[in-house]
Amino acid sequence: MVKSKTYSIEELELKADDIRQDIIRMLEHVGSGHSAGPLGLADIFTALYFGILKHDFTKPNWDQRDILLLSNGHCAPVLYATMANAGYFEKKELLTLRQFGSRLQGHPERTKLPGLESTSGPLGCGLSQGCGMALAMNMNKDTHRWVYVVTGDGELDEGNIWEAAMLAGKYKLGNLIAIIDRNNIQIDGPTEAVMPLEDLSDKWESFGWHVIEIDGNNIEAVIDASAMARAITEKPTAIIAHTVPGKGVDFMEYDFTWHGKPPDHEQAKKALNELRTLKGKIRSEHE
Amino acid sequence: MNSLHIVEDVLAKDIMTEPNRKGFGKGLLDAGKANDQVVAACADLTESTQMHLFREQFPERFIEIGIAEQNLVTVGSGLAAMGKIPFVSSYAAFSPGRNWEQIRTTICLNDQPVKIVGSHTGLYTGMDGATHQMLEDIALMRVLPNMVVLAPADSLEAYRMTLAMAVDKRPNYIRLAREAIPIITTEKTPFEIGKAYIYTKGNDITFVSTGTMTYQAMVAAELLYKDGIDVEVIHCPTIKPLDAVTILQSARKTNRIITIEEAQISGGLGGAVAELLSEEYPTLIKRIGLRDSFGESGKPDQLLEHFGLTSKHIMLAAHKIMDNN
Repeated sequence: MVKSKTYSIEELELKADDIRQDIIRMLEHVGSGHSAGPLGLADIFTALYFGILKHDFTKPNWDQRDILLLSNGHCAPVLYATMANAGYFEKKELLTLRQFGSRLQGHPERTKLPGLESTSGPLGCGLSQGCGMALAMNMNKDTHRWVYVVTGDGELDEGNIWEAAMLAGKYKLGNLIAIIDRNNIQIDGPTEAVMPLEDLSDKWESFGWHVIEIDGNNIEAVIDASAMARAITEKPTAIIAHTVPGKGVDFMEYDFTWHGKPPDHEQAKKALNELRTLKGKIRSEHE
Repeated sequence: MNSLHIVEDVLAKDIMTEPNRKGFGKGLLDAGKANDQVVAACADLTESTQMHLFREQFPERFIEIGIAEQNLVTVGSGLAAMGKIPFVSSYAAFSPGRNWEQIRTTICLNDQPVKIVGSHTGLYTGMDGATHQMLEDIALMRVLPNMVVLAPADSLEAYRMTLAMAVDKRPNYIRLAREAIPIITTEKTPFEIGKAYIYTKGNDITFVSTGTMTYQAMVAAELLYKDGIDVEVIHCPTIKPLDAVTILQSARKTNRIITIEEAQISGGLGGAVAELLSEEYPTLIKRIGLRDSFGESGKPDQLLEHFGLTSKHIMLAAHKIMDNN
């Protein structure tokens, strides 16, 4: 929507809570999928769809829309849940996740669902596609449009990411904004044990990027960082968003074993109860 | 000889030669002039892949990616997503050799019409040796859903193929070669993506060839005619989707097939034709190409001789298949 409604931070936090509950319901229903990453990203996706992106769910191919790419496709549940809350499709369709015939494939497939900008899953490819899109916008003299690429942090192990980082720096793609979900976990354990990424900020800066570090579970911080990134026109911006994996569900937070599994019925019940009584809790942490 | 007179006399002493990558370069330039949505990207081999003509004319529509083939095709996917028609080039050993998964996910499954240009395929790559002589590209690209696989016979066909690629809505792969090869097609030679063409009519054996090998196949057919063997030559510039109708009609007539390609027969044109015939019309078939082997350094003529890809080898295979039947 062309910003037809401006939400208050409190309203956005309630939306993020709804999106978290939808994520738990879908994962429990299908009994398959990733829990920790999508919950950790709920605030970033809420900020993007309800506070940042220029988009219109009635015209997913609108030629003036901002672009959002989810490079770490395994976090699809947060994308789907946010899109449903934003009006792209009815929320009841969320329960078809990963099932035969569903438009909500296990990893996002552009050709299946209007509103998806690309197909992703195999890691490390989103930033390059974002570069191609940003370059195309520049060729078209298409100003006032931005490309956002959400990537995981474990995903930064992929060489393809750094090939893209170099290219974006070379071409000074000020219309490209990477949001790195810095939750410090990947499948085999903590990122710094599997393959150290630090000093991550220095790495991006040395590739010619402007870097902003934020608390990625603070919606206001995400919106502010995006505004700052848009003001930096001479280089691409990397927002290193520190998030808590499993955020909002106490027994999932910080536990890397929740990377790739769904909650069972009892766990989902517990998680939903917690989220229902959460209202404002995540905000209060930031004050 | 039952020539249909749609190609040059391949035995003529003064036949012109040119690397088919040159035809690609001219084709890209003209495609760029015809449509300003055509853009190009290269991985540090711009002159070698003949993209410099386009770069000089349209510098603002050319992207130098550097030596980063994974980035090459994924940037291409992003460009295509925005409505551009991106041609992305490198040597085939690196693209599509190194970046197959990116092509699979971000181009084929994602259904973006990126045009992948792989130069320096086959033994014609010569002295650079086995590392650079890409022989597995047909197999790698043919197995991918949505992908169109193309191999021009010569520079003129490469030119026309490039123009056709620029208006085709699917992901495409074109395989090119480094060295000069005879220009056998003419302005009269038909070309359309998806069609195979009978260059000479015959009743005894069908040759199905692609790329640089169609010249060798035509020479062999001419000489065999003098030996009393009447060969039908089908040139297959599109390996996928394969023109099954043309090949099957010919197989029903001759009942003997020889496929000829400068690539691994496993998964290559030979593989494709064998799959088609075994399902639709089991036919005696011989496949000429690389048999589970890499190339090596040498002059192209020496390599073609060593690996059995000359007109002489094709003639030997023809005599053998006549005896077997």
